[in-house]
Amino acid sequence: MAEKIHSTKLQDKLERNIWALLLMLMLLLSIGGIVEIVPLYYLDATMEHNARPEILWQPKAGQTLADWQPGDGIRPYTGLELMGRDVYIREGCYLCHSQMIRPFRDEKERYGHYSLASESIYDHPFQWGSKRTGPDLARVGGKYSDAWHSKHLMAPRSVVPESVMPNYPWLAERVLDEATVSAHLKAMQTLGVPYSDQEISVLAAAAGGKTEMQAMVAYMQVLGTMARLDSGVVYRE
Amino acid sequence: MTASQVEQKYNFDIVRWFTVVSVIYLVVGTLVGVYIAAELAWPVFNLDTPYLTFGRLRPLHTNAVIFAFGGCILMATGFYSVQRTCGVRLWSDKLAWFTFWGWNLIIVLAVITLPLGFTQGKEYAELEWPIDILIAVVWLSFAANFIVTIARRQSSHIYVSNWFFLGMIVMITYLHVVNSLAIPVTLFKSYSIFASVQDAMIQWWWGHNAVGFYLTAGFLGIMYYFVPKQANRPIFSYRLSVLHFWSLMFGYVWLGSHHLQYTALPDWAGSLGAAISLAMIIPSWGGAVNGMMTLSGAWDKLRTDYVLRFLIMSLAFYAMSTFEGPVMSLKVVNALSHYTDWTIGHVHSGALGWVGMVGAGAIYHLLTRLWSTEIYSVKLVNTHFWLATIGIAIYVVAMWISGLMQGLMWRDYDEFGTLSYTFAESVAAMHPYYVLRTVGGLLYTLGGVLMLYNVIMTIRQASAAPRLSAAPAHA
Repeated sequence: MAEKIHSTKLQDKLERNIWALLLMLMLLLSIGGIVEIVPLYYLDATMEHNARPEILWQPKAGQTLADWQPGDGIRPYTGLELMGRDVYIREGCYLCHSQMIRPFRDEKERYGHYSLASESIYDHPFQWGSKRTGPDLARVGGKYSDAWHSKHLMAPRSVVPESVMPNYPWLAERVLDEATVSAHLKAMQTLGVPYSDQEISVLAAAAGGKTEMQAMVAYMQVLGTMARLDSGVVYRE
Repeated sequence: MTASQVEQKYNFDIVRWFTVVSVIYLVVGTLVGVYIAAELAWPVFNLDTPYLTFGRLRPLHTNAVIFAFGGCILMATGFYSVQRTCGVRLWSDKLAWFTFWGWNLIIVLAVITLPLGFTQGKEYAELEWPIDILIAVVWLSFAANFIVTIARRQSSHIYVSNWFFLGMIVMITYLHVVNSLAIPVTLFKSYSIFASVQDAMIQWWWGHNAVGFYLTAGFLGIMYYFVPKQANRPIFSYRLSVLHFWSLMFGYVWLGSHHLQYTALPDWAGSLGAAISLAMIIPSWGGAVNGMMTLSGAWDKLRTDYVLRFLIMSLAFYAMSTFEGPVMSLKVVNALSHYTDWTIGHVHSGALGWVGMVGAGAIYHLLTRLWSTEIYSVKLVNTHFWLATIGIAIYVVAMWISGLMQGLMWRDYDEFGTLSYTFAESVAAMHPYYVLRTVGGLLYTLGGVLMLYNVIMTIRQASAAPRLSAAPAHA
């Protein structure tokens, strides 16, 4: 082959040397991700509770999750709620339901206050979703009764005739095992979710023996009820 | 070289196996897609059993089409074109077979675990942590074989198709490793180490680049080898290839944030994603033009060459969806399109139109060369082409309408200033379009079934004839 260079010297070199090409790609391909992801960890404006700490629940000395009241602020899930959330993930609910309300007038009226990043601070993984085949659930807590949720999960069309959601009758039959709940809570603790060891055993004992249906309902009912957001406050520019 | 010399020089067996399984996975993956489409139109198809609900089968559908069909055709074409363009045999046959069996084991594990509900809960990255580790190992075995084969090449320059495959290999490694980082709870349950907005950004950095590198860069590698080869002409412009390649590599990585417009992701990140998305029209269209113009002066071949017809149609869909994507990334459009079926339609015009069609073109190209025989039925290929094209058109149009309707119904106000529609009313309004989508998907799947039949019959015909007799060499 002729030694004529058809492009730039650099390009020609890269085309002749696989290792140089590989190195160039490794560098170039890392840039976009680093620029977009890394600042999210250190820019204070990313998480709203940096400016407004009251969004997160700050337990006073000696307080446990049992002392928390709705509106006190974002807190870790109870064992039952966490197991409900795990059922939510297992059944792929996030594929049809979002948990991320956008700052539009119609979404405010339909679903409530727009969602904050700090609200999913204990969510490993996040469940914002990408599709609304069904409605957003970020603030579904308290909108319907427990009985409505059970009935809806058992047979959605019995309460919403237009629904295309599957029936989930098996949730009522499956019972939570205390050891499993404890393992799930401990994994969350490892990830930095503030549970004390003692709290984990209390929460696991409270959830053990309950059904998956009860767990799902508990999870649904807590969604969006943790922090009391003020419509007069600008949480995010 | 005669055909038998070519056969001895290169490892074509690995390509044959990957090619055949990719056709099978295309049929299976699209069939699951049709089934879940039917579930949305007629929820009774969920059958009240945990293993067949939409929520569990949808990850099976996406994993099957992206990683089973997509992965196998990428490995088939990658292993084929890297040998042909470098003029050497694969570095290691053993490693190649490890890649083959490993990848297929992963697919089998996915088919078992996803319906059982074992999932990490991140879109397109649902598989649990032991399978994730296996994916990393097998993927790196593919990478090592590909890279060392290039290092041992006989040509002085590395051909452009290999650049694209390399870009995919590097980026998918980054994405898979970072996005899958998790703390195991049990063998089948883990929690992502990330949470909240950081998790969202990392997930969509992965999500968009699974599309950008797996389904775009990798398949552009296919395009850059198979279009010139099938048209029997050099690629239209070398300079355009260089521009296409580097700008695509640099730019695509940034696009993930456009999936999070108006969410709790900071504005700067979303706007950055949208700005670069818009700029990406230039390299994308450059690439599409580069492929299409390769036919310049030989357009008549489209009338007779069934393979080129697939390849060129795929480029048309590539151009269309790479225009639609940037438009949807703009905040003003995204406010309407996000969370709706429009996104699903967009993905499918890319996946069915670009990925599926260029993949089918490559499969038909490989079929006659690898088995040194004529295609069993050209008529069936043409039927496949039209079933696929019409199927996509029906699918995409149905999703455009339903997506726009959803977006508009959700934000509509009546004369009294209250919301015009309940959410349930918007669900009910989708029914006819969900039915249409099922029909479109079914047509596309039927096309895949015809291809599978054609592949089987062609191979049977080849094995009936004396192997590699006086077949012409396709060096």
